[in-house]
Amino acid sequence: MKDYEEYFRTNRLPHIWCPGCGNGIVMKSIAKAIAKLDLDQDKTVIVSGIGCSSRASGYMDFDTLHTAHGRAIPFATGVKLANPELNVIVITGDGDCTAIGGNHFIHGARRNIDLTVVLFNNNIYGMTGGQASPLTPTSKKATTAPYGVVDRPFDPCQLAQAAGATYIARGTAFHAAQLPDLIAKGIQNKGFSLIEAITPCPISYGRRNKLGDSPAMLKLMSESAVPLTAYGKLAPEQQEGKFPIGVLHESHFGEYSKEYSHVIERAEGGQK
Amino acid sequence: MSQPKLMQGNEACALGALAAGVRFFGGYPITPSTEIAEQLAEQLPKVGGTFIQMEDEIASMAVILGASLAGKKVLTATSGPGFSLKQELIGYAAIAEIPCVIANVQRVGPSTGQPTSPAQGDVMQARWGTHGDHPMIALSPWTVRESFDVAVKAVNYAERFRTPVIILLDEVVGHMREKVVLPADNEIEIYSRRQPTKSREEGYQPFTPEADLVPNPADFGTGYRIHVTGLVHDDTGFPSGSPKITEQCIKRLHEKIDCVKDEITHYDEFFMEDAEIAVVTYGGTARTAYAAVEEARAQGKKVGMIRLMTIWPFADKVIKQAAAKCKALLVPEMNYGQLVMEIERAAAGQTKVVSMPKYNTEIFTPNEISGAIDQLLSEVAK
Ligand SMILES: Cc1ncc(C[n+]2csc(CCOP(=O)(O)OP(=O)(O)O)c2C)c(N)n1
Ligand code: SF4
Repeated sequence: MKDYEEYFRTNRLPHIWCPGCGNGIVMKSIAKAIAKLDLDQDKTVIVSGIGCSSRASGYMDFDTLHTAHGRAIPFATGVKLANPELNVIVITGDGDCTAIGGNHFIHGARRNIDLTVVLFNNNIYGMTGGQASPLTPTSKKATTAPYGVVDRPFDPCQLAQAAGATYIARGTAFHAAQLPDLIAKGIQNKGFSLIEAITPCPISYGRRNKLGDSPAMLKLMSESAVPLTAYGKLAPEQQEGKFPIGVLHESHFGEYSKEYSHVIERAEGGQK
Repeated sequence: MSQPKLMQGNEACALGALAAGVRFFGGYPITPSTEIAEQLAEQLPKVGGTFIQMEDEIASMAVILGASLAGKKVLTATSGPGFSLKQELIGYAAIAEIPCVIANVQRVGPSTGQPTSPAQGDVMQARWGTHGDHPMIALSPWTVRESFDVAVKAVNYAERFRTPVIILLDEVVGHMREKVVLPADNEIEIYSRRQPTKSREEGYQPFTPEADLVPNPADFGTGYRIHVTGLVHDDTGFPSGSPKITEQCIKRLHEKIDCVKDEITHYDEFFMEDAEIAVVTYGGTARTAYAAVEEARAQGKKVGMIRLMTIWPFADKVIKQAAAKCKALLVPEMNYGQLVMEIERAAAGQTKVVSMPKYNTEIFTPNEISGAIDQLLSEVAK
């Protein structure tokens, strides 16, 4: 097994992220998951969208593709279908994945194409300086919601499940020991996998919402995140302000590139 | 040579792309382009290729770019509104130098417009539709057989220059059925993108240009571990904020196409030797124009015609020459007057350039163009 550090382009570091940003923890968790599974470094592709989190692709030593805002999943779909032997991992932010890329997200899940999507959820548009995203909780403040967000956030895990994803997990930057395992299981799943990684953005989100510095935000995560089984045992009023972590959903359905290979076999054999 | 067949321009375009080696298509249905997708949904898996219907045109563009980076020759096809949606990622393909072909079967716009009547209203959008400075190649066939040939050329140019190439069909050519004889496989010249010739240890950088100003970024999965981004980047492929690198990057993108401009600018000249006036035309409109010009010649009138296959880069040279010797250029187009602006620019005041726009959903009739020719002849005789 390689050391996870071998998966970084060290000549591209230091990264652009702010002090206290959680993105590094999530990126490291992806590298650790890859190390754990001993994936072939030359047959693994990292595809990202646009945002602070999506800059991670540039630091990772694989074939890497930094696409356009919201479009990582369809680009990754093309990579996977063109060469199904590649392991394809998608890095995306909450705005990237569920606002501008929301349609691609549900359709990727519906197809059950073998992509492992790691959603860096910092509840805000970090890169553009703190605008509200579809995952900003109601009444929290953002530069474009100075009086607090009016609408409700998505639960991206429920969204992915309803759309057909076959592996769904949630972790946090605080639970840094668990996150690599959740990601590794997602990579092992032959189908569309979502790992929502909740991560602190102290600069564009924490500060405006008086959540304190990065350690304070991580502490809040440790208090709000509850393992799934324990969460299920809580009374509804105890669940208030808390969220479940761990593997949330697993199911089986034909994987798209595999299913399409059967189409090719039939067509090449002259059948419909 | 194969047996003669009756087919549509759209079908010929799909078959041309297949013959050129396209093995990946992503698209979203829209009339009048849908037959291209339908053909390829049927044909691609027969040759081990992949067809996928995506959730929209943006995703269709993204999926072909991903597939191209993983080594496939790729195509998407669309019309009007779908062409607008593809624009951001056409720019991505330009800056990240990803070979890809976009077939746009033009229809009346803007917006949903007048579905799905013929138009040639996307000529300027093909050139400038995506934001920022970028080169563009766009080819417009005028026959069903040429739809096949143009598709082959488009794929070859995309691969060779690592750039998006647009096939500007119009509804007339896309849906017209003609008897065609397609070339045999061994008569078709095919170009596939270059592969790296050096290893990383030998100093390979994915975006270092060769003598033709085209770089050789390795296909994904071949062990080079390259980085591809839509940000301005240096030869390593990684983003750079430097003004100097930015200038070099944008300049090279343009120059790699500028330096082959003559080679890739295709056009036909008819009766131009002694022409007093010339009709400058392209696509489906050129069919009607040819009938009018032929008739004018039969009547002894000194009328010629220039038919442009390459719309972008623009055929400045031939227009400039024609402007120097003709008393007027007549430009019929199924739009409010688009390519005529380029023709005026190239003519640079040397001759009179007359726009003949038509944008009411109906195609030109030979009589209309004959009438315009006669009027122009009488004006220049004065
Ligand atoms: C088409 C398009 N629209 C808008 C932008 C501007 N933009 C860049 S990043 C971003 C939001 C990123 O937020 P998120 O996806 O949550 O990622 P984060 O920066 O928080 O990691 C936006 C709106 C863009 N680059 N492209
Ligand atoms: S703005 Fe937020 S998400 Fe972006 S680097 Fe800074 S802390 Fe991280």
